[in-house]
Amino acid sequence: MAEKTIRLEVVTPEKIVVDEDVKIVMAPGALGEFGVLPGHTPFLTTLKIGSLHYQDAAGTERFAFVSGGFAEALPDKVTILAESAERSRDIDVERAKRALERAQQRLAEKGKREDIDFMRAQAALERALYRLRITSEKTQ
Amino acid sequence: MAKLKEVKNKIAAVTKTRQITKAMNMVAASRLRGAQSAMEAFRPYASKFAEVLGSLAERAGEGVSSPLIVPRDEVKKVHVVLCTSDRGLCGGFNTNLITKAETFAREKTEAGMEVSFTSFGKKGRNWCQKAGFSIVKDYVGIVGARFGFNVATVSSNELINGFLQHDYDEVYLIYAEFISMARQNPKIKQLLPIPPLQSEETAEETGETPYLAEHICEPSPGKVLGDMLPRSISVQLYSALLETSTSEHAARMAAMDNATKACNDMIENLTLAFNKARQAAITAELMDIVGGAEALRG
Repeated sequence: MAEKTIRLEVVTPEKIVVDEDVKIVMAPGALGEFGVLPGHTPFLTTLKIGSLHYQDAAGTERFAFVSGGFAEALPDKVTILAESAERSRDIDVERAKRALERAQQRLAEKGKREDIDFMRAQAALERALYRLRITSEKTQ
Repeated sequence: MAKLKEVKNKIAAVTKTRQITKAMNMVAASRLRGAQSAMEAFRPYASKFAEVLGSLAERAGEGVSSPLIVPRDEVKKVHVVLCTSDRGLCGGFNTNLITKAETFAREKTEAGMEVSFTSFGKKGRNWCQKAGFSIVKDYVGIVGARFGFNVATVSSNELINGFLQHDYDEVYLIYAEFISMARQNPKIKQLLPIPPLQSEETAEETGETPYLAEHICEPSPGKVLGDMLPRSISVQLYSALLETSTSEHAARMAAMDNATKACNDMIENLTLAFNKARQAAITAELMDIVGGAEALRG
């Protein structure tokens, strides 16, 4: 009999991004990356911007981008609520590159702007970098 | 004969109007489907969010310290987020929302408070300008169209900043609740400070007992909750915008349906009048001919 699996659900306000049985989930928790295997103890954490990494039932490694949200792990289910999330194959590379350039430009002239702009630009930069990193890691 | 021509023109005009109202009805119907599916898509997120928020709030109990939940001792400045549509021709939809806002704003001003607005939708903005309320920010082209969650995030961050910087002491949200195709209700909700007992209010759909009691929370239940509170404002705003959009399309559909029906009635009456007039003209002509023939023979 095959290994045990755990249900992974990635939900954003706009749609359900992932809903499938997986073997392992690695997610970027606020206090560091954590992994969830089937039978995990109930657990709740906030997430950072970063890459979500999981192995589907067939054993293929998959990546997804998540930003702003939290994750709940139960023995048989992981739910991730994110403000935005994309599977690596759905990431718009061109858009991410443009966003990266924009953010870098904004950060370069940060002295002239208010600090709120700075925070947003930094978050945008981080998001763009992660999106690009995920697509370059593996195209699934 | 002049009357005949007049009636005929009128029939043509009303038929054209009917064509337009019919088309608008169909456009509204298709947009309504889009808006409804966006609402559907949001539901899993919203219900999970409410579930986690509710049980966390219960668990953290009195231990939560977030400036977002602390009521101000003295409320001087009230801020209202008013959601209306950009376009008219949707029956009493905007009027209802604006009346609600007007009553509310008057109440607050009479109590000596200062009222300012954030407006979603042209109609609400126009009213604010006319009524002389200050508009902090207005968004056009969102309600009734397709929009993403980031709209709600950006705007709610502004609201939260305003609240934290004491620009506002209380923030309210006025939007159109979508009850059914035939019923949309203007509704007022307090956004900030976040009212207590929110858990019961938002978790009404789930109806489950809290299950988070055993969870390990990282960094801590209070911290996770603190992180979720600002987001709960975006969630509420997003859902209000979705509901207002859906309501707008439903209202427009109903209004256009009524207009089409009215056009049909009018065309029927006019056709009847036209036929009567035509018949009368023929009869009169006949009488003339008969009269003439009689005179000749005599």
